[in-house]
Amino acid sequence: MRLTQGTFSYLPDLDDEQIRAQVQYCLGRGWAVAVEHTDDPHPRNVYWDMSGLPLFDLKDSAPVLQEIAECRRAHPDHYVRVNGYDSRLGRQTIGLSFIVNRPQHEPGFRLERQEGSDRRVRYSIRSCATDGEGRGRKGE
Amino acid sequence: MAVKQVGEKKERWAAGVTPYSEMGFYNPDYVPRDSDILCAFRFVPQEGVEPIEGAAAVAGESSTATWTVVWTDRLSAHEHYQAKCYRVDPVPGTNQYIAYIAYDLDLFEEGSIANLTSSIIGNVFGFKALRSLRLEDMRIPPHYVKTFQGPPHGIVMEREYLNKYGRPLLGATVKPKLGLSARHYGRVVYEALRGGLDFTKDDENINSQPFMRWRDRFLFCMEAVSRAAAKSGEIKGHYMNVTAATMEDMYERADFAKELGSVIIMIDLTVGYTAIQSMSRWARRNGVLLHLHRAGHGTFTRQKTHGVSFRVIAKWMRLAGVDHLHAGTVVGKLEGDPSSVRGFYDTLREDKLPPNPALGLYFEQDWASMPGTMPVASGGIHAGQMHLLLHHLGEDCVLQFGGGTIGHPDGIAEGATANRVALEALVQARNEGHDTLAEGPEILAKAARLSPALRKALDIWKDVTFDFESTDTPDMVATPSF
Repeated sequence: MRLTQGTFSYLPDLDDEQIRAQVQYCLGRGWAVAVEHTDDPHPRNVYWDMSGLPLFDLKDSAPVLQEIAECRRAHPDHYVRVNGYDSRLGRQTIGLSFIVNRPQHEPGFRLERQEGSDRRVRYSIRSCATDGEGRGRKGE
Repeated sequence: MAVKQVGEKKERWAAGVTPYSEMGFYNPDYVPRDSDILCAFRFVPQEGVEPIEGAAAVAGESSTATWTVVWTDRLSAHEHYQAKCYRVDPVPGTNQYIAYIAYDLDLFEEGSIANLTSSIIGNVFGFKALRSLRLEDMRIPPHYVKTFQGPPHGIVMEREYLNKYGRPLLGATVKPKLGLSARHYGRVVYEALRGGLDFTKDDENINSQPFMRWRDRFLFCMEAVSRAAAKSGEIKGHYMNVTAATMEDMYERADFAKELGSVIIMIDLTVGYTAIQSMSRWARRNGVLLHLHRAGHGTFTRQKTHGVSFRVIAKWMRLAGVDHLHAGTVVGKLEGDPSSVRGFYDTLREDKLPPNPALGLYFEQDWASMPGTMPVASGGIHAGQMHLLLHHLGEDCVLQFGGGTIGHPDGIAEGATANRVALEALVQARNEGHDTLAEGPEILAKAARLSPALRKALDIWKDVTFDFESTDTPDMVATPSF
């Protein structure tokens, strides 16, 4: 499967020049930029591991590209994403978030159904990557 | 006036009829207070009615007055409670006038759209002395804004809840809007969501009909939503329309949607202001997003000389508290000129707005940090217009492609993918500094080289436009300076 979180997942994976342009867009708006990674891309996994602290007050995108490169090197089989933080009053949230690294094999998710009464089904999504039993199974 | 004018000027409190303008409802020297609610009304007086008297009549009939002098006024601090028309401007080249009227805050119950509207658009719209009357805009002061809950979650919280940033959200209304069985209906939801949309939507008139009861629809749609979420690793939603005959029915349906794990429900404008406010409380309490479909609004928002402008409805709905509100597409099949629509979008999203006659905004508006409502563009739009949509509508909105998803020749999922690819390619290009309005067609064509789904969508809909003149446009008349 292809994880389609992030702003550009329906496009071919961005190359470093394209990543640089998006980082520059964030910096141009005065945003802090952070690099994060995880092996568990469950849609409710909010807190990916931070690759260092967010980078504030940058003019040039080079330190971000360097952080991405280091994160990829340390975690080649993890998802890595770049977040731009818009701290303006009224926003104070992420302005742009996109994936810059994916594992070779994306294990995907398993949908579990717990059948109840009255035809009710309780759904839950399991990450195959972190679920020993489901490892390697096709996302379904 | 429809009633007989009095020949000689009579004493203010003598029994009988005194012109509204002489009873204190017209006061050109009045300086509006920061806490006043201000209204701009467009009106056409009947033949023989002086514009100032017509404007004063609006102020009178929407506040304390009746048609004749009553001595019981004198038992109250009546001057405080009287609305005051402080300015009347002719609209050049027409028989219309704009009346600016100030209302003291004490005239209104805190946090009640029903009360606010019963005053401002209550009796006065049937008033015989006016040929027509339209509420163009209102300034809601922060003092009154703060008495409302506002959107249950708002734009920022919605994005954080859905984990979707940096681009407009994408949706589709299931078509045909009536007649599908619950099982087939869920199929459309599944295909559209797995193809790349964030949301699918019940249409306004899908409630609980013989061909598909609400409970069955909710069950099949949640199967579809959950499957699509597992396939993509994204959070997905289907706006479960809980519109029903009674509040009890609506609560029952909303509770069921919540228990099944739906992130969002929807209601129609037709349920009424009080029901909307009740559902807004429910949505805040239960952590479920609330989508509002503006069903029926065209009956009173569309004509320029009579009714209520949609920018006013937008303000009321942000106060009443909805997370999504349909607000026009500019380029699609439904009414809305670009400047007016921009005014609606800004009204829903921004925190502080200056007056801007070009956008039809008569007053400043300070939302005092009330979260924004996500505007929704829906109706006759397709992937080939994506650059126009991004240009006119910006980033914080939901773009809904019903036919433009489901009508794709290779299937619903391909239609959804086409929309998502088109959107992401344009956002990428915009962020890289491209002029996406001018270069839009090239950017789309380039993206289509790598996406057969988008190529087919562009081919089939490339010549579809809805180019009709709008009936409701701003006048660009000078605006008062406060």
